[in-house]
Amino acid sequence: MEHKEEYSWTIEAKASLFDLKFSEIWAYRDLLWLLVRRDFVSFYKQTILGPLWFFIQPLFTTIIFTFIFGNLAGISTDGLPKPLFYMAGITAWNYFADCLTKTSTVFKDNAGIFGKVYFPRLIMPLSIVVSNLVRFGVQMLLFILMMVYYYFTGAPFHITWAISLFPVIVILMALLGLGAGMIISAMTTKYRDLAFLVTFGVQLLMYATTVIYPLSEALKKYPAYAWIIQYNPMTPIIETFRYGFLGEGTFSWGSLSYAIAITTTLLFFGMIIFNKVERNFVDTV
Amino acid sequence: MSNNVAIKVENLSKAYQLGQIGTGTISRDLERWYARMRGKEDPFLQIGESNNQHTKSESDVVWSLKDINFEIEQGDAVGIIGRNGAGKSTLLKILSKVTAPTTGRISGKGRIASLLEVGTGFHPELSGRENIFLNGAILGMRKREIQRKLDEIVDFAGIERYLDTPVKRYSSGMYVRLAFAVAAHLESEILIVDEVLAVGDAEFQKKCLGKMGEVSKGEGRTVLFVSHNMKSIVGFCNNCMLLNNGKIEMINKTESVLRKYEETNFKINHYQEWHSNSGPGDHIVKLLSIKAIDENKNKNREFDVTDKIGIEIQYEVLESNHILWHGLNFYDEFENNLFDSHNVNSKWYNEIHPIGTFTTTAWIPGNFLNEGKIIIGVAIFNHKRHEIHLHTKNIIAINIIDKLRTDIISARGLTTGKFAGLLRPLLNWTYEK
Repeated sequence: MEHKEEYSWTIEAKASLFDLKFSEIWAYRDLLWLLVRRDFVSFYKQTILGPLWFFIQPLFTTIIFTFIFGNLAGISTDGLPKPLFYMAGITAWNYFADCLTKTSTVFKDNAGIFGKVYFPRLIMPLSIVVSNLVRFGVQMLLFILMMVYYYFTGAPFHITWAISLFPVIVILMALLGLGAGMIISAMTTKYRDLAFLVTFGVQLLMYATTVIYPLSEALKKYPAYAWIIQYNPMTPIIETFRYGFLGEGTFSWGSLSYAIAITTTLLFFGMIIFNKVERNFVDTV
Repeated sequence: MSNNVAIKVENLSKAYQLGQIGTGTISRDLERWYARMRGKEDPFLQIGESNNQHTKSESDVVWSLKDINFEIEQGDAVGIIGRNGAGKSTLLKILSKVTAPTTGRISGKGRIASLLEVGTGFHPELSGRENIFLNGAILGMRKREIQRKLDEIVDFAGIERYLDTPVKRYSSGMYVRLAFAVAAHLESEILIVDEVLAVGDAEFQKKCLGKMGEVSKGEGRTVLFVSHNMKSIVGFCNNCMLLNNGKIEMINKTESVLRKYEETNFKINHYQEWHSNSGPGDHIVKLLSIKAIDENKNKNREFDVTDKIGIEIQYEVLESNHILWHGLNFYDEFENNLFDSHNVNSKWYNEIHPIGTFTTTAWIPGNFLNEGKIIIGVAIFNHKRHEIHLHTKNIIAINIIDKLRTDIISARGLTTGKFAGLLRPLLNWTYEK
């Protein structure tokens, strides 16, 4: 013990809950970029359309939503062109949902690597969030192209000042998905039950978020139950997104602060639980 | 104290939970959590004191490592040997930070690189070059460090022409060479290696050993090396550690440790007997004896390849109302599991045993085993209820020799020399002409 300072590292049975090893993560930043690159490159290798595939999924979903929810069910879109309204919701929602579902299986998916070599485990979920960001960026491009098209056809929408909150919204979506995903991933190393819940839970959650309908409509039609939608932290995020880009949506500083508070809390607990579980998960996964 | 210590391990233990994880585990987890909340010891870690994997203990917790203490000096190359399940892999996993110890601490000096596997994180769709960077980064290298060593790595692996081809098109040899080349060029003060040399062709293995020897002797790096390949250990490990049942049996010069290992591993009798209650087992069933016998039921150590061999087990049932299955494991001296056998076609397979003493013999036909040493393990268990009443590996051993008998048909026929294969069964050849 008296010679402790001589050693440059120690491995101990118990570690502090709050030792999140940020300096170590920084030291491995190259790995983070290489993993993102791997995800991106391996996605379109040996495909003809290549990165175009990033466009196809949101495009088709938008078309289907326009037909089913817009025309068949006749759900209001706050006066916005239907495809534009759905595309905004889908682009934002997909980013959050991808971050959440991919992060929630990070231990299971990477058990092979994690069982053989050590690197700060947090690198993996971070790489997921960043590579999905690349995908999100490509899909945003599609959304903007669509906006340009509708601008020239004279559709009734306008950009508001809230567009300057876009970076905040992206970070919020990323961290919310990351935080919730890490909590689920840590809990599923031992009990797999939650993993089953996530796949369809995310789908159900989409309907509790204002992706296919505006919040104003929900408040009008179901005033007694709309609180479920309002307390969903993704709702203010998507509403702000739409308000910024399309000029319609329910924006309030209060609900955005609420989303920030929830995100911070989930992220904080997510990191702590993740950090605790990563030490021994190899034994149980 | 010497200032040259690179790794210091103090009171290191690692417990594993046996059995399935399912609905039952959550109540136990809650119990443990409640005990910890009250500041008490984990109730499930207290019991399994014995780290002997061969006998069943009261709890589901097994100590893979128990109170390990050692120091390794800088520049030393230390081999770690021991039987399967002695705790070698667990020790390496803890040293590589893949899993955390249950108790104890390890302190060390300098950057540590561990190779529990080569090619971790290789992606089949990516090119050789991309995989070098990815794998290097996973092993802890910075990008510019890899860039600097790229030529050297490619040269070592001998894959210049394929550098920009996806590795899924590589031959398995090229793949392994590339993977090892990345690992071999890691710059670290401490290198931990597990069994990776068991791959690749003979020439490349030699090259790897040379590279690793260079690492430990030339650059003053500390190397920890686990392998079943005794030759490679003698080659460049000056010291050796022998693990047995999670404890260090010996740390010394490689030659003397290897001698000790061979002694303990190969001094197994062809029969064992116990006085009632002293044998392996639990409160339900105890083993009384296990013997290798010939056709006349006499104990025997040496059998001809054509001889019928009996393994006779005598056990005492101390508590009635249990279904007790018995099994035998057969290993060769290189720890290859030749085959296992359970008493599936016997009267007592799915019957409740009354209290009393039972004797059963499993017969191995002649013309089935190949020449060499056969090491046998025994188990009495209930698979359905996940109960293992006893499981003892290496309990008896027999020698199979080929007396080249001519009076009886043998699977060798008229061939001479070594007859290859783990087994040497006499098969029925049919013809249609």
